[in-house]
Amino acid sequence: MCTVCGCSDLVTADGKVMTHDEAHRLGLSHHHTPAFQPFAPAPPFPPVQAIGHDHHHYGQGPARVSVPGLSQDRLIEVETSILAKNDAIAMGNRRVLTARGVLTLNLVSSPGSGKTTLLCKTIKALGDAPLAVIEGDQQTSADADRIRATGARALQINTGKGCHLDAQMVGHAIDQLRPRPNSYLFIENVGNLVCPAGFDLGEDAKVAILSVTEGEDKPLKYPDMFTAARLAILTKLDLAPHCDADLAAYEANLRRVNPGIAILRLSTRTGEGMGDWITWLQTRLAEKSA
Amino acid sequence: MHEVSLAEGIRQIVQDQAHAHGFARVKVLRLEIGRFAGVEKPALEFAFDVVMRGSPAEGARLEMIDLPGRAMCYDCMTTVEIAERFDPCPRCGGGKLIPNGGDEMRIKDMEVA
Repeated sequence: MCTVCGCSDLVTADGKVMTHDEAHRLGLSHHHTPAFQPFAPAPPFPPVQAIGHDHHHYGQGPARVSVPGLSQDRLIEVETSILAKNDAIAMGNRRVLTARGVLTLNLVSSPGSGKTTLLCKTIKALGDAPLAVIEGDQQTSADADRIRATGARALQINTGKGCHLDAQMVGHAIDQLRPRPNSYLFIENVGNLVCPAGFDLGEDAKVAILSVTEGEDKPLKYPDMFTAARLAILTKLDLAPHCDADLAAYEANLRRVNPGIAILRLSTRTGEGMGDWITWLQTRLAEKSA
Repeated sequence: MHEVSLAEGIRQIVQDQAHAHGFARVKVLRLEIGRFAGVEKPALEFAFDVVMRGSPAEGARLEMIDLPGRAMCYDCMTTVEIAERFDPCPRCGGGKLIPNGGDEMRIKDMEVA
């Protein structure tokens, strides 16, 4: 299937039959077959024209007024955000979670930065505190299985071709998980530093995880995510000496894209920084329940 | 980023507006896209053509209006226009800027028939 438009048809481009993906890859112009219908057609609209009889009607068009020389076209001011639907659902999620005093954190990072490992260690460190986890991945329930192995409640969302979690997916997950009052809800987003930045899920804060093996310039290369995050956690700190990581440069670049960002240094392997992270979580939960 | 998702958001709004205002066809649809919105305009144009099929906006002309990036400079406490998120302040050269505009992605208006 073409990942740009979702079309699975063969097309003719440059006189050759090829898949749509191939035509895109080769930069060839092409047309879809007439039968191509990626989405079900909308129901027909009722006719707007009035039925004529022994007198004449004007102003029956959509504009409701007839002006000689002007068509029935009109301008509708919309001024609506494209993501308005997602944002409205996210606000609904936020109201539900706030009413229950649930501290909700949206964990975002590149794939492989150690989000799930950090979560497993965090669950252990939080002890008896009630919590639940929503796991987002394109495929498999591997991460939710790892979380459930710690004894915590977890729900896996597979996004298929999707590159991010959206508010509706999280809303359904919240309805199923029913987080307990005054508890933590961790949402582990799809590993992706681009798309999840734009989709509000109803969380209290985004927490960006950045491992010290990824390169000091990552915050500059993917500024959207680090601008949207309230806290950045520099993980795999134990590896820093082995890969000549310049921790000061990581922090300087994070502050360059987001002067207000809080930064923690942490290693799940040695436990360094875990105390600060747990304190940060407990402080935020106390604020939320207050 | 996810231009097909954005196009689906547009389709939803078009259909809601069509029910609310009773029009059958969108001729022109104008979007306002901020500099920092992360929207790949050619990809959105492509997704728009495909996703609008079967909706009132099928075949509509898509116009995109660019909005500048804006940020608050915490050194000179002024709102300034910037081209990139981490540009220095064009007024005082300071580096402590928090973007506060330019992430817009909205439908401004539609010409309908």
